[in-house]
Amino acid sequence: MRGLPLADLKLKEVSKRFGDVEAVRDLSLSVADGEFVVLLGPTGAGKTTTLRVIAGLERPDMGDVFIDGRIVTGQPPAQRDVAYVFQQYSLYPHLTVYDNLAFPLRSPARRLNERDVRRRVQQVAALLRIEQKLGSRATHLSGGEMQRVAIGRALVREPAAYLMDEPLSSLDAKLRADLRVELKRIQLEVGGTILYVTHDQIEAMTMADRIGVIQHGRLVQVGTPREIYEHPCNAYVAGRLGMPPINLIPAGLLRTEAAPSGAHTVGARTEHLRISAANGHDPVAEVRWIEHLGDQNHVHLILAGQALVTLADPRQPLRAGDRVSLELADPLYFDASGKRLDINWR
Amino acid sequence: MAEIKLESLSKVFGSFAAVRELTLTVADGSFFVVLGPSGCGKTTTLRMIAGLELPSSGRILLDGDDVSGRRAAARDIAFVFQLFALYPHMNVRRNIGFPLRCQNLPRAAVRGRVEETARLLRIDHLLDRRVGGLSGGDRQRVALGRAIVRTPKAFLMDEPLGALDAEFRRLMCGELRELHNRIGATTVYITHDQVEAMAMADCIAVMNGGALEQVGLPQEIYDWPRSMFVADFLGTPPMNFLEFAGAVRRGDRYVRVNGSAIGIPELREEGAEGALALGVRPEHVSLDDASSLRGRVFAVEYLGTTQIVTIATSHGQVKARLPSSAPARIGDMVGLSLDHRRLSVFDATSGRALQTALHEGAALG
Repeated sequence: MRGLPLADLKLKEVSKRFGDVEAVRDLSLSVADGEFVVLLGPTGAGKTTTLRVIAGLERPDMGDVFIDGRIVTGQPPAQRDVAYVFQQYSLYPHLTVYDNLAFPLRSPARRLNERDVRRRVQQVAALLRIEQKLGSRATHLSGGEMQRVAIGRALVREPAAYLMDEPLSSLDAKLRADLRVELKRIQLEVGGTILYVTHDQIEAMTMADRIGVIQHGRLVQVGTPREIYEHPCNAYVAGRLGMPPINLIPAGLLRTEAAPSGAHTVGARTEHLRISAANGHDPVAEVRWIEHLGDQNHVHLILAGQALVTLADPRQPLRAGDRVSLELADPLYFDASGKRLDINWR
Repeated sequence: MAEIKLESLSKVFGSFAAVRELTLTVADGSFFVVLGPSGCGKTTTLRMIAGLELPSSGRILLDGDDVSGRRAAARDIAFVFQLFALYPHMNVRRNIGFPLRCQNLPRAAVRGRVEETARLLRIDHLLDRRVGGLSGGDRQRVALGRAIVRTPKAFLMDEPLGALDAEFRRLMCGELRELHNRIGATTVYITHDQVEAMAMADCIAVMNGGALEQVGLPQEIYDWPRSMFVADFLGTPPMNFLEFAGAVRRGDRYVRVNGSAIGIPELREEGAEGALALGVRPEHVSLDDASSLRGRVFAVEYLGTTQIVTIATSHGQVKARLPSSAPARIGDMVGLSLDHRRLSVFDATSGRALQTALHEGAALG
């Protein structure tokens, strides 16, 4: 639907400090034309500041911002041609959905005629599946519909790139799951360049072409969801992805085939742990409780004072108090500083 | 410790029936979760148990005693609200001890009970701190402490974790359940969050429109939903429904969906015809090139251990939870195989699940 060329985004060695707080430190990242990159990190990690620097809402202390190859570091937000979608949808309550969507197109700077406005609004409404709501007042919409309209307002502008700040986090779980799929579909259809920030690992894993894991203002690792999940560079990153979270246990607690030298911690995801009835030679753990999720159970275990959580089939006969043997299968290894040791580099 | 029994409990506000003919038993010492969307009547039910609302009809029995007309203070039940209110000018010790001081307990007894409670909640090192400077989690623990210090007969909890962020909620879920395992007091907990319910409950009651949809063990409700409402309310993602027109009769072991026969657990009731739906959980769908049930991959969501693959079929979208090693790309044409032993069959008009051999399996455990 778009005729304009897309743009890439680039941050080069950007730092931003607020008083004593170094919100963003020496951060370099590029988002290619049409790429969906998710910055993942907890509250206060510097995600929103990074977006605001790109949008021109904050000026970096050091470093530069490039949009479509041009330095925009000193430019005001309006000249950057990026659309910002916020967590809290900000619609004009007294306007209809149609007028909310048309609003950015009717700005005096654009001078689009009403026929073109109508065409664009209808295209975007179809894409977002809100055509039948075009005549409704914004205040008469459900939360999910309002967030679609907010995203639609960014889409009609056909900006060089989209910046999205936790746009789904105020919605309930079901709606969030639906909109995750929708947003990814829209991105594939429209082909927009998106930088999206969230603290939700599921959003990051399911939507991103690449994930950037951010901690204390620093970008720790960038890679595809599979790369980050399977080959995390350190124990922190390993803990950001995966449900239940990876078990970090002292090396030596469980027998391993070939631990690399310097291994201090073993990272055991649920797929790296095998549970069986106590067999006499593998270390024995005790089942503390079983958490039912329906499709799977989370089994909470205790092994030599160390709490572990792993998945088990609900039909596997396990009960609190049971004693079981644990075996590792190709786990991850980390050194004393938390850095991952690659088994092939031994 | 107490058993709570509700008998044909109803509550009408003007012309609106908030709770309709609710009958259920909360076993002594169990963690009982009432699950449902907002407006389903769960909070009204809890408020009636607490004595904050009087029932329009029906009875509430606490350990066999009819307490329906008794005022809240005479029921010996502690209510933990969603937004925990602490006294900001008091320290942790005085906050937890407040209900006991109101009962004019001797000082030494108050002191002993408060310290015991704090140890149970693992906040004994915070007793002399002001509540103002505490983290959200510790404040929640203090609020719980104030509820359990009285050692009431039962606890009623109204979405106590509702205001917390997702990661912290999971942590508190685990803590609450562990606390329950230690003190073993009858707890009625209400929530709209099915993950929370599945994770914590000994028994779940699902409510919808003021009425009870189903009550049972968490796994039973998940595996054997009695209605499309329950099937859809539980599970992430929820159960898939393949709607079709047809007829099924007692003894049938397959249904015909657009000409292809799909195996089902043997039907154990007279049957139904017209609008029917086949219900299948995402983890019971697999890819199978030989299958005549086909569709195009619409979305792939990588989750690490597994992936959710959404497939557009002529019967609507079907979500499959597959190992993340399974090859699936957007746009691929794929065949779907459904685990026939685990399928549910619904009368799509009423939403009722038809009785099949699956239910006998569930009943036997």
